[in-house]
Amino acid sequence: VTLRVLAVDDSRTIRDMVRYALESAGMSVVTANDGEEGVTAFGAADFDAVITDINMPRLDGFGVIARIRSAPRNSRVPVLVLTTENGDALKLRARDSGATGWLVKPFDDDELVDVVRRVAGR
Amino acid sequence: MSRDALRDTFFCECEDLLDALHSGLATLADGTGDGETVNALFRAVHSIKGAAGAFGLNDLVRFAHRYETVLDALRAGRLEAGDDAVRILLRAADTLADLVAASQAGTDPEAPVEPVLVALQALLGADARPEDAEPAFEFVPLALSPVAVDPVALGPSDVGATLGIRFRPHAGFYRNGHDPLSYIAALEDLGDARVSCDTSGLPPLDGYDVDGSFLVWSVELSTTRTAAEIGEVFAFAEGLCELEISSGHDRCPTLPEPPRPAAGPAAAPQAIPDPVPSPTAPAPVAAPRTRQQPAAAARPTLRVDIDRIDKLVNTVGELIINQAALAERLSDLGLTLPTDLLSDLDDYRLLARDIQEAVMGIRAQPVKSLFQRMSRIVRETAEATGKDVRLITTGEETEVDKTVIEHLADPLTHMIRNAVDHGIEIAAQRRAAGKPERGTVRLSAEHQSGSVIIRIADDGAGLDRARILETAIRKGLLPPGAEPSDSDIDHLLFAPGFSTAAAVTDLSGRGVGMDVVKTAITALGGRVGIESRPGNGSTFSIVLPLTLAVLDGMVVSVAGQTMVVPISCIVETIRPERGSLKRIGRNNHVLLIRGTFVPVIDLAQRLGHPRPAFDPSASVILLVRSISGALAAMAVERISDHRQVVIKSLEENYGRIPGISAATILGDGRIALIVDPETLAAGGGVALPDDKEKTRVEHV
Repeated sequence: VTLRVLAVDDSRTIRDMVRYALESAGMSVVTANDGEEGVTAFGAADFDAVITDINMPRLDGFGVIARIRSAPRNSRVPVLVLTTENGDALKLRARDSGATGWLVKPFDDDELVDVVRRVAGR
Repeated sequence: MSRDALRDTFFCECEDLLDALHSGLATLADGTGDGETVNALFRAVHSIKGAAGAFGLNDLVRFAHRYETVLDALRAGRLEAGDDAVRILLRAADTLADLVAASQAGTDPEAPVEPVLVALQALLGADARPEDAEPAFEFVPLALSPVAVDPVALGPSDVGATLGIRFRPHAGFYRNGHDPLSYIAALEDLGDARVSCDTSGLPPLDGYDVDGSFLVWSVELSTTRTAAEIGEVFAFAEGLCELEISSGHDRCPTLPEPPRPAAGPAAAPQAIPDPVPSPTAPAPVAAPRTRQQPAAAARPTLRVDIDRIDKLVNTVGELIINQAALAERLSDLGLTLPTDLLSDLDDYRLLARDIQEAVMGIRAQPVKSLFQRMSRIVRETAEATGKDVRLITTGEETEVDKTVIEHLADPLTHMIRNAVDHGIEIAAQRRAAGKPERGTVRLSAEHQSGSVIIRIADDGAGLDRARILETAIRKGLLPPGAEPSDSDIDHLLFAPGFSTAAAVTDLSGRGVGMDVVKTAITALGGRVGIESRPGNGSTFSIVLPLTLAVLDGMVVSVAGQTMVVPISCIVETIRPERGSLKRIGRNNHVLLIRGTFVPVIDLAQRLGHPRPAFDPSASVILLVRSISGALAAMAVERISDHRQVVIKSLEENYGRIPGISAATILGDGRIALIVDPETLAAGGGVALPDDKEKTRVEHV
């Protein structure tokens, strides 16, 4: 079964890198350019996992997680935060918002694939 | 997609982010910025940092990190956006751009980075904290309550030992998207697992809470791993479940062992949180931003290889030619065509024109990026000359062909440096002249009747005409005693070998004069002019074609050949009266136009079509103005048409031909040469453009 992943990041480079890593591992990736787009994309299709940045225009990563968790549909999809931030306060806030995990950029392709497979129940 | 393609994407994105950074800083400098401006600045630098790390660009990451820390202090209100702070932020943006460029080229940055890092650090002042290196990839669990772990209980287990694992998720475990199955699967990877599920906690169906958590799993795991390693599996879910790992018969509630550098994400529960804040973590982000930021909501774009676009431009050119040919053939047939066919043909023509314009639009880019680079030039030149100068730009959205923008950077840089270095006076002089101490350079772009006009205006002292004239005479550019008009004197600046600066300065006097600027602009099919107001400054104007692919031309006959003269340089067309022509020497003529004598150029003779007798009075005269502002009367036999022609370069196959700039294919399939009035007016590209200038001065 092909895992479907939604990647939300305002950086084109990071979006492409995530796409490259996951698609190389046989996953299917949809990208969104900011939080608002991410929430819209999430509502438009079923995903096995979501990867989101924190610092984004319009709606930040915490907002993305909160909106996904409050949606009646797919509210239990794993949501991974992928960010350069590494502060505990932010991590706690992400957890309280409903994040499933926290990944720090830069990332290794194989490790990202492992983590996504893990949280998405492979 | 490859790693290289990702790298390309990164540098493309950096360009956009640096643009956004510069725009935001300009807003901040104007004092019109708000909270969202600073947020956007932060995000731009943050994005560069984030992606740069992925490519191991450590210098870039290090600088971006410091920069970001300052912007974070600014957005948290710990730092004021005063003049000094903004100046340093602007300088840091330049350095960041340098670092990006250096990273891309694999070279060292243009200017030293360290002083800027120091300046940024100084801004942070008391807010400064020591910085860590960027963390390597690590999976950091969402850990809350640290639990003391008994090291004895977690000692290495014996080979083949059996561990008992009891795992009871809380409701929050499911809410956060965790799945017990994935944890059990992870345990199965570590050894031989016997799994059982305790369903006794399940309530009866009629009172069932779908969001509740009622199941408890027990796993007996035969493994060589330690209890700590097993605990790491649950790092994702820490705080969201109860976990007991017991070794042998000693049941010992435990949680994963604290920090230990781990090999992979699945095995890397890093740090139970320590009260010491992470130095890399900015202050908590404010409440989710709901304000719309127009610039951030970028329209989707598609990046296309430039060769493909050029091929399209070329093919569309052929289409236009083909359309013209078809129309001409049909009209040659002399048939009375049905109205609907004529209307279809007309649609074809209009559609072809629309496609052409759309395709040209693809190559067009706003001059914004170019203008932003100039603000740096102004800052650097002002700093080096000890002047206070601001740059005001307008018309940044004006679009110009990409190639034009690329080739405009050098000449524009030179002109901007000149404006600051030579144009703007030092503060004392400005004060004495009753002007504000702070000088102003205005850079503007606008579309005007099929051309783009870029103006560089300073509010300095204007040109010193007496000195220019003296220099020109001394250098033999003008005969002694010449009395050219003010405008002619000003245009002497563009003459080759002319340099005004009495003392050659480090900045603008690097042995290149305005003639190099003129050559560069001319090569783009453009023209440059100057207007100086003594005491009030000078304005340089660059007139450029909108596109390099199509030209508005006058189709003329010369010695039986069809040729094209660019409309842009034709001032007027004249049928000369007999009395207005004067013969000078054996074969030369001048034309008297409104009291001024203008040399007549016999186009046929200049292009090597000898004829027994040339009678200028039987010719049509095209009055052309060269870039230097000088007039010349170009004699042709007949004007046959005015049309847009597609430029086909000859240079690649034939080299540069004096008097001819390119060729085109006419509607009937014949090739017509496009004449280059610049070199023709200058005597076939041999003599200096100022030759005719001398002629004029002598005969008036």
